[in-house]
Amino acid sequence: MKDPVDVLIIGAGASGAAVAWSLAETKMHILCLEQGGWMNPAEYPSTGRDWEAKFYGEWSSSPNVRGRPEDYPINDDNSPIKVVNYNAVGGSTVMYTAHWPRLHPSDFKVKTLDGVADDWPIDYDALTPFFEENDRMMGTSGLSGDPLSPLTHPPMPQQPLGLSGAIIGKAMNKLGWHWWPSDTTVATMDYEGRARCINLGHCTPACAQGAKSSTDITYWPHAIRAGVELRTHCRVREITTDENGMASGVVYYDKDGVEQFQPAHVVIIACNGVGTPRLLLNSASGRFPNGLANSSGLVGKNLMFHPYAQIYGFVKEPTDSNRAPPTCLWSKEFYDTDLSRGFVRGYGIQFGRGAGPVFEAVASEQKGILPWGADHHRVFRKLNGHRLAVSAICEDLPEEHNRVTLDPVLKDGHGIPAPKIDYTISENSRKMMEHGLARGREVLETAGATDICINNPIPWGGWHLLGTARMGTDPERSVVNEWGRSHDVKNLFIVDGSIFVTSGGVNPTSTIQALALYIADQMKQRLANLFD
Amino acid sequence: MTADNQLTRRQRDDLRVVAGMIISASDEYKVPGADDAAIQADIQATLGRDSKLVVAALEHLARLAGGPLAELDAGRRDAVAQEFRKHGGVAAATLVRVVLQCYYRDDRVLRSLGLEPRAPFPKGHVLPDGDWSLLDPVKARAGTLRRAT
Repeated sequence: MKDPVDVLIIGAGASGAAVAWSLAETKMHILCLEQGGWMNPAEYPSTGRDWEAKFYGEWSSSPNVRGRPEDYPINDDNSPIKVVNYNAVGGSTVMYTAHWPRLHPSDFKVKTLDGVADDWPIDYDALTPFFEENDRMMGTSGLSGDPLSPLTHPPMPQQPLGLSGAIIGKAMNKLGWHWWPSDTTVATMDYEGRARCINLGHCTPACAQGAKSSTDITYWPHAIRAGVELRTHCRVREITTDENGMASGVVYYDKDGVEQFQPAHVVIIACNGVGTPRLLLNSASGRFPNGLANSSGLVGKNLMFHPYAQIYGFVKEPTDSNRAPPTCLWSKEFYDTDLSRGFVRGYGIQFGRGAGPVFEAVASEQKGILPWGADHHRVFRKLNGHRLAVSAICEDLPEEHNRVTLDPVLKDGHGIPAPKIDYTISENSRKMMEHGLARGREVLETAGATDICINNPIPWGGWHLLGTARMGTDPERSVVNEWGRSHDVKNLFIVDGSIFVTSGGVNPTSTIQALALYIADQMKQRLANLFD
Repeated sequence: MTADNQLTRRQRDDLRVVAGMIISASDEYKVPGADDAAIQADIQATLGRDSKLVVAALEHLARLAGGPLAELDAGRRDAVAQEFRKHGGVAAATLVRVVLQCYYRDDRVLRSLGLEPRAPFPKGHVLPDGDWSLLDPVKARAGTLRRAT
């Protein structure tokens, strides 16, 4: 039998890396188990001539399409939005757009302000120092002073405006609407041993330059130097409990597929809003027949995705195409509740710079705007390098029928039941999406765009996996308390997006990591009575 | 597919014909069609995980054509292609995507589009910084963040 560790973290992605690094200063024996392996940037898509084609196969954002041994299948047939993720050291930060907004202070008080959903048990101010710390660790770029976003202090300057940004900025100015250069985790100068961005452009499926911050190149080297042990290709099947109802360790499959038991005094789950409920439900036992930490019955429920309503078109001027990070600007013009719009809450807007030639050809052919035959070349030259995209990232409110359960049939490569998603887009979200599309059309038409197309929702847009083990002070209405500890199992913590109470209308990774650092800080402050 | 993971002769012929119908050669733009030998070789060499669906698409195409596509007259071929494009489902979409992804990485095609035929890394691209005075109206308008209480 293995020696017990003080702290066992499951998952080496955005939140697992942050919590590991933060707890390392305690000098406890910390072990992280990660089902994926270390990435090799020399093999990233942008190093090869088939860089775009790989996105449709081995580098798809969907684990179901990729089907790598490190991935687990997800039954998302009953959802108009498909789950996307990445499984490796760095998790889905290996494969994200590096767009870096924070939740707004008002997002933590949704019930108080708008009478819907629930307030968070913590507020924005509690997270502020951890947002700042996280921005330094990840390395952010941006322009401080956005009047409609929380104040940030990015250590690096913003990305260039580029051709696309200038076209969008002019259109937004004509409309009199707010826009601002996005905070991103793309290094715009050499930073902490990482080279600056050279505009490879194909940022989402991993950055060969290392300019995009993923936790395998930010937090993990620091955490490992500080003594954290990271064991890769280890997939956790279940969390075990002892006769007192405390977590006693985990059963996992090692890199050779051999079942192992790792005892631990504290277990921290960092597996995202789908992986975490899956693990808790797979950890059912005689004492916890409905799954671990599930006395509330809320494990897996209240799944929030952020439905994306995207509209795009083609302008006469050249855009940045694939020659720059894909997102460059955001707008918070429609972020806050205005009931005259017909819905509650709101959405952020992110603007896309363009696309590469293969993506453009495939997408435009599928939309029916790129013909076969004689006229193909003329039309393609009108489209390629001229695309602008406007995406409304809509706040998804928690609804219990949107959920993660265990699929009765589907299993991963180790025979572990796979997650099943049941999800519908709410009426409120539908109205919000329609509003976003209408405003996006105004932007595009003001910019002179034609051949306008819509993705409503973006089907492969389930990047943000939130809410399935929500935090709160009431054990009957939440899974973890206000500092991430399970109400039911006193040495079990959750630090990923599943603890979100509401989703806001922005990309969540910055807030997920700030929360993980906050929880780690709370744990450090309470080490003497952590289980009381 | 045969044991050595190659398309059958008829499948190759039909793939070449349909690829040429998707993208024909152009003297005006000085580009080959997708039925070009080098592009066809690239498609067949890199089918990989798409093989199954591409074969299914080619079988569907053969059923629609009632025989080899190449042997149909132009009018009938167009009708078959239209039906294939409209109702071919995931398999047809995969075949079309495979043709497009190989066509639009061909050196001759990329040069014709004014693009360098290379991987993005390590050279990258240069992006103009742009005119940040465009942001002045936003700064002037200001606005306030919604209060949390």
